[in-house]
Amino acid sequence: MLIKTPKSYQLNESNVTDENIYQSRRNIIKQMGFLGAGALLGSAFSSEAQAGFFDDEPEIFKTSTLNFTSDNNKELIKTPENKVISHNNFYEFGTNKTDPQENAQQFNTNPWQLTLSGECDNPHTLDYDDLTKAFPLEERIYRMRCVEAWSMVIPWVGFPLAELIKKAAPNTKAKYVAFETLYDPKQMPGQASRRLGGGVKYPYVEGLRLDEAMNPLTLMSVGLYGKTLPPQNGAPIRLVVPWKYGFKSIKSIVGIKFLTHQPPTTWNILAPREYGFYANVNPEVSHPRWSQASERRITTGGLFARNRIATLPFNGYGEEVAALYKNLDLKKNF
Amino acid sequence: MALKLKLKTKDKVLWLKVAIHLFSLLPLINLYITAFNDQLGADPVEAVIHFTGVGAFNLLLITLMITPIAQRFKLGYLLKTRRLIGLYAFLYGLFHLFNFLAFEIQFDLHLFFSEIFERPYITVGLAAMLLLVALAVTSISFIKRKMGKTWQNLHNLSYLIVLLVAIHFYWSVKSDVTEPLIYWVVTVFLLRLRIGKFKAWLK
Repeated sequence: MLIKTPKSYQLNESNVTDENIYQSRRNIIKQMGFLGAGALLGSAFSSEAQAGFFDDEPEIFKTSTLNFTSDNNKELIKTPENKVISHNNFYEFGTNKTDPQENAQQFNTNPWQLTLSGECDNPHTLDYDDLTKAFPLEERIYRMRCVEAWSMVIPWVGFPLAELIKKAAPNTKAKYVAFETLYDPKQMPGQASRRLGGGVKYPYVEGLRLDEAMNPLTLMSVGLYGKTLPPQNGAPIRLVVPWKYGFKSIKSIVGIKFLTHQPPTTWNILAPREYGFYANVNPEVSHPRWSQASERRITTGGLFARNRIATLPFNGYGEEVAALYKNLDLKKNF
Repeated sequence: MALKLKLKTKDKVLWLKVAIHLFSLLPLINLYITAFNDQLGADPVEAVIHFTGVGAFNLLLITLMITPIAQRFKLGYLLKTRRLIGLYAFLYGLFHLFNFLAFEIQFDLHLFFSEIFERPYITVGLAAMLLLVALAVTSISFIKRKMGKTWQNLHNLSYLIVLLVAIHFYWSVKSDVTEPLIYWVVTVFLLRLRIGKFKAWLK
């Protein structure tokens, strides 16, 4: 496992913020309301004291500890766990970054079925227990670059997608792999309401070329920070493709299908001029509404954190993946 | 309520202004204290940008509500709060722009200028901001007096500003347009009330 780390990414670790500060986060945001009128009184008192009286938070989804081989990369400064699990784009649970954490805690991941089908010799289904037991688990500390020009560093736990694909044994006709998220409007409010779900057509679908899917970097993640995934991060199993924009890394997967042709992908259907099939991180190709030349790395430090850094081609994983696109014009195939 | 009715007009205006100061300034102070301490969610930058932007838009819409409400309910003294609210809209807009420059792109001026020219939603937003600067500067009493009739013409630009801001908000969201659409409805409603004025201009 190679993870290249540019020197400019090395931040000072002395400014790590105490994690329990975030416990009061939601109270603060709630108080802010219309022009923050509510905040006047609310925040004058301690948010902690308030939490005791007005704790309306539902039970938190239970994660469990995983056994895995550690990634000993110490060079990347990780995004604190509390930020990783409270800042999510998972429109099935609402379009605000904090919605998934608030709305997904009752999400039921067991039983779960992940079905592999299509152009393969061994179509089969993994049950909930298989997800963490069928393959040896390993930790991978990856950079995650969102198309919205922010990024995180996340210690995922999972297994290479290649292992799963080998077991399914795709035939010679298979050229692409299509992925599908669970469709369950009863559990996912964003699927039940067009307004809450941001106008996206569900179920969420994604796809990779077979050779991209077989790349050793491509991970099926079942956990982060040493524990099983919380629902807002895509429990019980999700894809992680670190050299592509975050929206390619589809969450809560129920179906993987081998195809002869390129599958449709959710954001490309919604806005084809803005989101391509490949979606490789590329500082030279701007999104119509954001420059992609640089990004804000979310770690710690609040508003004053000087965290804008240059975006690297393929999110810094060019050595491992650039060869996949040798004969492709990446400006056209963005 | 009984107490309120006994208040003199002058006092009513005074208390309204005190309330406007409190409701505008305290949330802003609270916002920056929590953001500086990294207590404003995972990405305080996005939070402060959104809060000040929406705050500015809210205040602009309030300034447009004042005249119709004052006319409908015969509360002429309300007009005396319009300038203060407009100035707070300007201040929130200024913070909004500053948040983008200082915290989002972190004083990368090259990026700042390329963003202004390449992203239509930013172009439109900045245009609205520049017009707001003109209105804020000319709100000073002695400049207002000196301008005479031109002043009203200039300040009619507030209708254009609110339209630009509505476009800016709508274009800036990725896919969930519900909130910008609600703002559009309110904006169009408030401008519709002035249709007579607009028709007169066209003649």
